[in-house]
Amino acid sequence: MTGSGMTGTGPPGLSLAAAEGAASSRAAARPLGARARNVRRARTAGLNAFGVIIALITLFPIFWMISTAFKPSQEIYSLTPHLVPAHPTWSNFSQVISGRVSGGIGGVWLFFRNSLAVALLSVVIASLLALLASVAVARFRFRFRTSFLIMLLIVQMIPGQALIIALFLDFRSLNLLGNLAGLVIVYAAQALPVTIWMLRNFVATVPRELEEAAAIDGASGTRIFWRILFPLVAPGLVATSIFAFITAYNEFIVALTFLGQAHSDYTLPIYVQYFFGRGGAQWGPIMAASTMYTIPVVIFFLIVRRRLVGGLVAGAVKG
Amino acid sequence: MADSLPHRAGIIPPGQHGPASLRSWLATFIRRHRLAPYLLILPALAGITLVLLWPLIQVVIYSFQNYGIQQANGVLPTQWIGFANFTSIFKDPEFWLALRITVLFALVVVPATLVVGTVVGVLLNRLGKKMSIFVSTAALLAWATPPVSASVLFYWMFNPDGGLVDWALSKMPHWLVGNSDWSQFNWATTNATAAYTVIAILVVWQSFPFIAVAVLAALKTIPGELIEAARVDGATPWRSFWRITFPLIKPIYLVLLLLSVIWDFNIFTQSYIITGGLGNSNEFNLGLYIYDKAFTFPPSFGLGGALALVFVLILLIVTFGYVRSSVKQGALT
Repeated sequence: MTGSGMTGTGPPGLSLAAAEGAASSRAAARPLGARARNVRRARTAGLNAFGVIIALITLFPIFWMISTAFKPSQEIYSLTPHLVPAHPTWSNFSQVISGRVSGGIGGVWLFFRNSLAVALLSVVIASLLALLASVAVARFRFRFRTSFLIMLLIVQMIPGQALIIALFLDFRSLNLLGNLAGLVIVYAAQALPVTIWMLRNFVATVPRELEEAAAIDGASGTRIFWRILFPLVAPGLVATSIFAFITAYNEFIVALTFLGQAHSDYTLPIYVQYFFGRGGAQWGPIMAASTMYTIPVVIFFLIVRRRLVGGLVAGAVKG
Repeated sequence: MADSLPHRAGIIPPGQHGPASLRSWLATFIRRHRLAPYLLILPALAGITLVLLWPLIQVVIYSFQNYGIQQANGVLPTQWIGFANFTSIFKDPEFWLALRITVLFALVVVPATLVVGTVVGVLLNRLGKKMSIFVSTAALLAWATPPVSASVLFYWMFNPDGGLVDWALSKMPHWLVGNSDWSQFNWATTNATAAYTVIAILVVWQSFPFIAVAVLAALKTIPGELIEAARVDGATPWRSFWRITFPLIKPIYLVLLLLSVIWDFNIFTQSYIITGGLGNSNEFNLGLYIYDKAFTFPPSFGLGGALALVFVLILLIVTFGYVRSSVKQGALT
């Protein structure tokens, strides 16, 4: 702000642009500067205070989850809640890891591995198929192109609750209930519309001339795809994969319906829900389990923060 | 290898020289008929069709049949029963209750999310860099928390035994929070209003960051000089928001509004966990009601299918608006 004011005072009287005129009129009112500065400082302080309050309210539930996870049970059920654990303990975590709680269906690492495997596999499959389709949409004009795009928009709006009945019956007859393969297939397909929709923007930004030059040099289509297009689209692929990964990692209704009593194949959300649903109010271990479920994805979010926001805006807001 | 050159020059007719030239014949065929885009979308289209579109068609078929577990197992024959599933749904008071809960919930949560998200988005735009990163990181964490974790966590915070909220409310003066005994108030089971209050707070907490980030991105596109000029001309921040900022970012609100409506209509995970599985039928929203009708013993896939169809039709009206606004903004080019 002050920077633009200084450039504005440079050529006095010559300013034609509105912004420069504004800046020079501000310079003319300099005697009032001290008061104006105080007002501005107060306003900044007020905004910062508001920001801190918002951030603290937003962070509080997560803080409370972690805090509870470290409390011994007499502190959890004490009549006056403690903000931070007075006697922090790892016992909730060790119980969750050993699987002594949660009705003996296993330790948390097992479900962690299941979740990770399902999410990673479905993301790889979805990314590959989506990349091919997005090249078609971004690089070629063909019949049904617009219909295909509109279909993608509509399909991603179909709620899981509407499909789950038919999916359950289909996968039941294919013997794909109660195992992770069924989940991988559904998650990969569910990720496709959004991934294609976002990826096509990334493909469109790769200059066509690069591919044409390679084609003139005699490179085959496959070679152009892997050697030129793929490396250039890779950052976009990372951004879209993050979304697909998180969707699969969080998915609830399909896993709940498909896995049923197949405890050893539970993904993390189903494990946490099962544990919670058993009752017995083991809030310490339950919070330890949901902390372990939440922390990886939160850290992941923080690492990819910038990319995520960019991808989000490109994918969801523009389209 | 040797015949690849004359072949490329078109001297030797393709397709007669073993696997290598079969491949190049195929390449020529694809090029000549411009098949490349179709082949490229084929795998994705197959996946979407088999896992997303075909089940939707099946749901439509089931909704006109008496499809239950015996029919699925082939023990009893499947019969077409016309609109019987639909009439029995519309006669069921539980359906109307679930619809009311769903609509009221969306009517409260959609505006709440948009307002909170906008306030935070505008705030982020005006904060200094460090503060802005701090606040947006906090918001991102709420957004990143998996719905199951968040639901279990909110259930715990609103729990009558040792939960934080009941304790805090019981410590507050009566003129502020009413006379009821908050210390043992059971948010999950008392009534639908209490349960959906918790779910509303939870959903706003999880979804305002998306709105805030989207609003921030839109605000960044507005030239700072415009706001500055208005300020110099003596416009209050309130006035300059409504006269300059809001009209410029208005287009994205349509998309955000439609997306929020769709998301808040689809609430399942949160309501499943907060209302206690499927145990409490007077706290069903549409998602829980469909699931219960389809899967709770005795399962009725026909009834569930009919319900799902009604649900999809409601959403389709909203989606139509979403697609139309996307097309208008040139998203398909």
